Amino acid sequence: MVLKFETKWEIPYVHSAGEHGTKFFEALKDKKIMGVKCPECGRVLVPPRAFCERCFVDTTDWVEVSDEGEVVTVTVTYIKFTGLPDPPYATGIVKLDGADTGMLCLLGGIDLSDWKKVHETFKPGAKVKAVWKEEREGKITDILYFEPVEK
Amino acid sequence: MRRVAVVGVGQTKFRTRRDDKTHPELTYEAMNKALEHAGLDIKDIQAIAYGTMDPFDGIYLPERWDVTSGGIGKPFMKISTGGTTGMTTGLAAYEHVASGVFDIVMAVCTQRVGECVDAQPVLNTAVCPIYERYSGAGAISVAAIQATVHMHKYGTTEEDLAWVSVKDHKNALKNPNAHIKLDIGVEEVLNSPMVSSPLKLLECCPRSDGAVAVIFASEEVAKKIRDNPAWVIAETTISDDYYTGDRPDLSYWDTLAIAGRRLYRFAGVDDPKKDIDVAELYSPFTIQEVLELEALGFAKKGEGKDMAREGVTFVDGDMPTNPSGGVLCTNPIGATGLVRLAEASLQIMGEASNQIDNVEVSLAHAWGGTLQFHTLMLLSSKKKLKG
Ligand SMILES: [Zn+2]
Repeated sequence: MVLKFETKWEIPYVHSAGEHGTKFFEALKDKKIMGVKCPECGRVLVPPRAFCERCFVDTTDWVEVSDEGEVVTVTVTYIKFTGLPDPPYATGIVKLDGADTGMLCLLGGIDLSDWKKVHETFKPGAKVKAVWKEEREGKITDILYFEPVEK
Repeated sequence: MRRVAVVGVGQTKFRTRRDDKTHPELTYEAMNKALEHAGLDIKDIQAIAYGTMDPFDGIYLPERWDVTSGGIGKPFMKISTGGTTGMTTGLAAYEHVASGVFDIVMAVCTQRVGECVDAQPVLNTAVCPIYERYSGAGAISVAAIQATVHMHKYGTTEEDLAWVSVKDHKNALKNPNAHIKLDIGVEEVLNSPMVSSPLKLLECCPRSDGAVAVIFASEEVAKKIRDNPAWVIAETTISDDYYTGDRPDLSYWDTLAIAGRRLYRFAGVDDPKKDIDVAELYSPFTIQEVLELEALGFAKKGEGKDMAREGVTFVDGDMPTNPSGGVLCTNPIGATGLVRLAEASLQIMGEASNQIDNVEVSLAHAWGGTLQFHTLMLLSSKKKLKG
């Protein structure tokens, strides 16, 4: 028998969104999703950032992308993990029309109890659109989730 | 660069909890096993490369505690790069010797994921705090979204993936250090609870406590230490985008493929399937072994799914993969990469607990950081592969 002692890390942080992120979050309040274009590779990057990681150059032009797009992939989690959403929840990547990168996001608006049905509805290439929060506050959670365009 | 070999390997038993020991006591156990294996004394170790990831153990700078195990007064370097931590620590120790700065250097990694009551919130803090964390993403869901795409593109089935789990669990039964010991078949895997679709509980790694140490020595020293050292033929490491959504194709691990080609070019490997006898890959989730086999050239795109089902990756197959039982059965995360290197070295020495016959060339791999980093090392019983 050995003794055990319980400890905890509970440390508050306040993270900067940066100037590019700030513009992105301000636009969310108007139901707009903003990206930036890389002058070298031409990719439209969402979320926006000050430089293109692939080309190591400043991004230049702001581009508004659609709040509709295609599912890249999805998974439904059925187990409760500390501090993570209550199951079931569907995490996926959606590539918005006009963007060259995908966004890690929540998918929803359908019954999540049968994962095979969820994977069928949100199969790669399926069209989805953002469901916006009524009272938006300039946070990523202003997009509640993406739901199928055709129900 | 000087020629370098692995001359000693030590592993603790990996378990859900190792309540019998404190953090540095586990480190001390692994180090002593490696020293004993090499026939060396702690005084012979000129420098130490140390790896761990602080939040899994809930200790900021655990190296402060662990350096007390043989490190006081010695040069000491800490490495932390997610799941690649262990392999990168091995690379650092290797490069310390290959550069000519030191002759004998130890890599040691200790991790107590078992002391972390739930590892997923830690893994969730590895994704972007501004844009991604709210989505609940962690290691399991990120592997699951790889599986979804591979299944859609190549018709990979739940059963194909279950065979990977059956193979690893069968191998772990032969490894006294392995954490999970279960004699299971495909049905048990398919019937285990769904965690993040399509990955089920028996397709996901455990949280393990334990430590591992690997000693590297320069050519002249290595020859005196043992007659069966594992010579380092080549090593490399590579990085990718931060945001998971930036990756163009989750069904193919393109950065690993680039790293693999780089490694094979350095080493003179023409056909990895013919030239490499055994691989220890970082596959905490079944789908990842499939992706790794494809990226590393052991299977064509979309065909990695067939390898476990057809027996190719079992110990008696043409491409034995994870004979130790792999990460699926033992995952002390920051130490896991160095376990791959230790097991790949033991296969060369002919001393692995689940030894493959006539191994001349072995491959060790780790990935880390939400699919972001890869580290590779190729080892051999010969000093060079060609000529
Ligand atoms: Zn660019």
